Amino acid sequence: MLGLLGPNGAGKTTAVRILTTLLPADGGNARVAGLDVAAQAQELRRRIGLAGQYAAVDENLTGFENLQMVGQLYHLPKGEPKERATELLERFDLEEAGGRLVRTYSGGMRRRLDLAAALVARPPVLFLDEPTTGLDPRSRIGLWETIEGRVAEGTTVLLTTQYLDEADRLADRISVIDHGRVIAEGSSDELKDQVGGEALEVTLESADAAAAAIAALVGVCSAPPERDGIVLRVPVAERKGTIAAAVQRLNDAGVGIDDISMHRPTLDDVFLKLTGHAAEEDEEGEGDG
Amino acid sequence: MRGTAISDTLVLAKRNFLRIARAPDLLLAFTVQPIMFVLLFAYVFGGAIPTPGHSYINFLIPGILVQTMAFGGFVTAMGIAEDLRKGLVDRFRSLPMSRSAVLAGRTLSDIVTNGISITVMLVVGVIIGFSFESPFLHVVAGILLLLLFGYAFSWVFAFIGLTSSSPEAAQSLGFIVIFPLTFVSSAFVPPETMPAALQWFAEWNPFSITVNAIRALFIGDPAGNTIWGAIAWSVGIAAVFGVLAVAKYKRAVVR
Repeated sequence: MLGLLGPNGAGKTTAVRILTTLLPADGGNARVAGLDVAAQAQELRRRIGLAGQYAAVDENLTGFENLQMVGQLYHLPKGEPKERATELLERFDLEEAGGRLVRTYSGGMRRRLDLAAALVARPPVLFLDEPTTGLDPRSRIGLWETIEGRVAEGTTVLLTTQYLDEADRLADRISVIDHGRVIAEGSSDELKDQVGGEALEVTLESADAAAAAIAALVGVCSAPPERDGIVLRVPVAERKGTIAAAVQRLNDAGVGIDDISMHRPTLDDVFLKLTGHAAEEDEEGEGDG
Repeated sequence: MRGTAISDTLVLAKRNFLRIARAPDLLLAFTVQPIMFVLLFAYVFGGAIPTPGHSYINFLIPGILVQTMAFGGFVTAMGIAEDLRKGLVDRFRSLPMSRSAVLAGRTLSDIVTNGISITVMLVVGVIIGFSFESPFLHVVAGILLLLLFGYAFSWVFAFIGLTSSSPEAAQSLGFIVIFPLTFVSSAFVPPETMPAALQWFAEWNPFSITVNAIRALFIGDPAGNTIWGAIAWSVGIAAVFGVLAVAKYKRAVVR
């Protein structure tokens, strides 16, 4: 699974639209599943599934009819559209709602149906464009589990998201994009290493003890600690045993500690460092580029 | 590809019928609205407009049928604009289906709803005094010509639906484009009473030609070239807007 991560307007949706044959590229070429997106578009459409940021399902059809229609339009052999529809409704926990019109569905149910529609033809490559935008936390986690299931079955997934935790949890590799360009690439851990590894965050009882605390922690840190008021940020090379060692040293030096914890950089930190702005700062903006 | 184009079109036409069956408010547009027009024109304007050689109701029914056909495709415009907004067009375009099926499915289901409108209006027309003055086969040919004309304008509406920013915009754009065309024609009044420029326009207007063709087929007016002219206009409009709309659909962008 590849994650495309970027803020609104970064070009994630444009990338997906080009790769799913919806939009011609301005230049260059792209291959998906070994097929050229421009020259072999119709052939490629048989092998991809797309679930966009809109739940692209027909409100005036039932869940079952939606899936059946998509199966027919993929030209599955006779009988199979029905079979697949039944199967997918069951798998996506929609069997009871399957006979109801989609306009009675909740947002989460629509997204699940949309994802099911993308899977009707068992496509080897799946494009998910911000699949969880606008979902409540429970529905998000449910959808994540479903997506993980598809990946475990061997489906290649390209996921775009503006949620860092989502890319972190789902994607093997992440491309961070901003203003239409890839600005960093790698696994979640590799990206985090770029902004520095783990750090110990120590909140002191008093700012007066800062100098003594820094001196006491020399043996623990891997780079000079940063200080912000009563909070010390101490980069460390090794996670194991670090907190115990640090507490021991600070006690020996007589420094009072209010709080101490290991801090792992989040993809937010990565984003801030790479782009100079936070990932979700313009989240309120309508639409996506 | 031919075979799949037809089956894809039928799959989508079925979807459109189900929509009408399930949200029957749309059905009002095909039934009550035409009845309203027939009654309004017949009783409000009818007495004031002299129509030599015919009763006003006989003069009116062909005109109002053609007008109703011209507007029948608005469901296509609204439906397509709606599909664009909801992202359904994206889904369809990412499927290995025929590129023309979404539009062809829409325009095909318009033929059925137009057929419903024709039936309703003829029944109401006959109740308030309309009578055919031509052989049965002419009447059948007239109904087919009405459906062909409606089909051509469904493609105009398909193009409008793909061009406008929302279903509401599609509806009002369609209205603005087509409403004047239907009025500056021989549909409701004899064009002889209009100023010269309008009269010239009214004579060449595809609506007038089609209305005159239907009058020839329903109430025995001299046909002249009107029937072939009406067929040529319909086929031409369908071909031009069919090509334009499909080209537009291929590049459609979600809104």
